[in-house]
Amino acid sequence: MSKLNTLTLQQTLTGLKQKEFSLAELYQATLEAIDEKNKELNIYLTLNNEALKKAEKSSNLPLMGVPIAVKDNFCTQDLRTTASSKILNEFVPQFESTVTKKLLEAGGVILGKTNLDAWAHGSSTETSDYGRTLNPRNTDHLPGGSSGGSAAAVAADFCTIAIGSETAGSLRQPAAWCGTVALKPTYGRVSRYGVAAMASSTDSPGPIAKTVEDAAIMLNFLAGFDSNDATTSSQPVPDFTAQLGKSLKGIKIGVLYQDIAGLEMVNEQLEKQLSVFKDLGAIVGKTPALNPRYAISVYTVVQRGEVSSNLARYDGIRYGSNRSHFGAEAKRRQMLGTYTLSAGYAGKYYELAQRIRTLFIEDLNHLFEKYDVLIAPTSPGFAKKIGVTKRAAMFGELEDMLLEPSSLAGLPGINVPYYRDPETNLFLGLNFITPMWQEALAVQVADAFEKNTNWNTWRSKS
Amino acid sequence: MVTPDDVAYIAKLANIPVSDEEKQQFAQAFAETLTVIEELRELDNDGILPTHQVTGLKNVWREDVIDKEKMFSQQEALINTDKTYQGFFVVSRVLEEKDV
Repeated sequence: MSKLNTLTLQQTLTGLKQKEFSLAELYQATLEAIDEKNKELNIYLTLNNEALKKAEKSSNLPLMGVPIAVKDNFCTQDLRTTASSKILNEFVPQFESTVTKKLLEAGGVILGKTNLDAWAHGSSTETSDYGRTLNPRNTDHLPGGSSGGSAAAVAADFCTIAIGSETAGSLRQPAAWCGTVALKPTYGRVSRYGVAAMASSTDSPGPIAKTVEDAAIMLNFLAGFDSNDATTSSQPVPDFTAQLGKSLKGIKIGVLYQDIAGLEMVNEQLEKQLSVFKDLGAIVGKTPALNPRYAISVYTVVQRGEVSSNLARYDGIRYGSNRSHFGAEAKRRQMLGTYTLSAGYAGKYYELAQRIRTLFIEDLNHLFEKYDVLIAPTSPGFAKKIGVTKRAAMFGELEDMLLEPSSLAGLPGINVPYYRDPETNLFLGLNFITPMWQEALAVQVADAFEKNTNWNTWRSKS
Repeated sequence: MVTPDDVAYIAKLANIPVSDEEKQQFAQAFAETLTVIEELRELDNDGILPTHQVTGLKNVWREDVIDKEKMFSQQEALINTDKTYQGFFVVSRVLEEKDV
C-alpha cells in the first residue's frame, strides 16, 4: 500500500471505514513527512499537538478525524492565528471561524496552520513575515499564493486535504503552481466569518485537495448560509458530488484567452488536451472575451480600497501589535486604497473600476449564453523562482490576471493540473468556470478531465 | 503626479507610520500603479452602472435579540492584550487638557 499520508480524502475515509489502517497509523505517516521536510519547506507555522487525540474522538463523524491543513488567516479557537503577519504574532482567537467550526463538527481535525503571504496580500507566499514557503515539487521555486502553504501542504502530503481562501486567485493559482486541485466556490457560498478580511466583496474560502472529488466532498461540509456573514446566500446547498461520473455528452465548453500575448506556451500545452473533452462527447469552441489585462486594474482598485477599510481594525488595542508592525506590502496596499477612496479620487478611480467590473460581469454572462463551462489556463506560466517578488509592486496581479475577471463576478472555479514538465517537475493548471451556484457542473467536467488524463499518476511522483 | 507630501497626508489618514525613505518609495509606486489604472479609460463605460457586490442581496436583517453564544465574557475579551486597567482596555488619549 502507498504511504497513508499520500492517500486522497476519499481513499482515506474508505480505508478507515474498512479498518485497513488506524488513525494512529495515518497520523504517524503524516507527521513523519512533516518532521522530515517542514523545516525546509516552511509550510506549517503552527502545529496542533492535540491533533491525534482529537482525531480519535471524531472517528464516528463523517470526516472520521482526518488531518486537515488550514490557512493561517482562519481564526481557530485556542490555536494561534497570525495571517502571516507579525502584528498577530501572539494572537490566539477566542472564537472559531465558521469554516473551521463546520470542519470540526463534521469530524475533521486541524493538524496545523499554514503559511500565506502576509494578510493574503500576494501570489507567492514569499511576502510572509515568517519567511517564504518552498514549492514541494521543486524547491528552487515558489508555491504561489496567497494560500501557498495550504497548496504546498497538499503537494507534500503533509495533510489529507487543506483549506484556503481566495480573493482573486489565491486558491487556484497556488494549486496550479503546486500541481494540486483547488475549488473556489461562488462568492457567498461559504462563510467568511472569522477569516482575516482582505477584499470583502470577493473573499471566498474553499478546499485545496488531491482530487476534484475530494474538493467536492469537502465543499459539502463547508457550504451554506451563516447568520454571522450577511453576504452568505440562503440558496439551497446541493450535493456537490452528485454529478460526478455523469456523461459530458453535449456539454458546451468555451476556451478563453487564446489570443492573449504572453500565453503562447500555456495555450500550446492546452491545445494538446482539448481532445480529451471532445473524446468525452463535449462540444469545444474557442471564443474571444474581454481582455483580462483590464481586470488587473479593476482588481487593484477594488482590493486596495477594501483592504484599507478592513485593515483599519488592527489598532493594537484589543489584540495584536500596533500599526508600526505592518510590512511594506500591507502599508502600500492600505495607503493606495486610502488614496483611491479619498475625497476627489473615489469617482476617478473606485467608481470607474466598479463600472468596468460590470463590463466583465456582462461579458461573462454573454459567454454563458453560448457555453456551459468556460476554461482557460489558471496562470500564465509555471511556478516562478524564489526571490522574484522583490521590487515587483504588481507581481501578484499579473500572475492572477486570468482568474480576476471571474473572481470579480463572484463565479466559482476549479483548478486541475493539465501538464507536468518532466524536467522541472512543475505543473500547469487548467481553470474551469461556471455560472454562479453551479459548482456541481464545474466538478463534473473537471473530474472527467482529471480522470481521463494521467494527472493521478503524476501526483505522488515528487 | 504623487508627491512625498501627498504620501505623508495619506499615511496620516490611514494611520500608518512611514519613514522619509518610504514616502519617496511609495510616491513612485503609487504613480506607477495609477498609470496602470488609467488604462481603464480605454474601455467605453458610458451609462454603465458600477457593481459594488455580486450577491444581489438587499437589507439583510436579523432579529434584534441578544444571542449569548456570540458574546465574549469580559475576561475572554481581554485575553489578547496586556494593556488593561481594572477590567477595561487601555486606549490612547485623544483629548488633551487645556489651561483655562
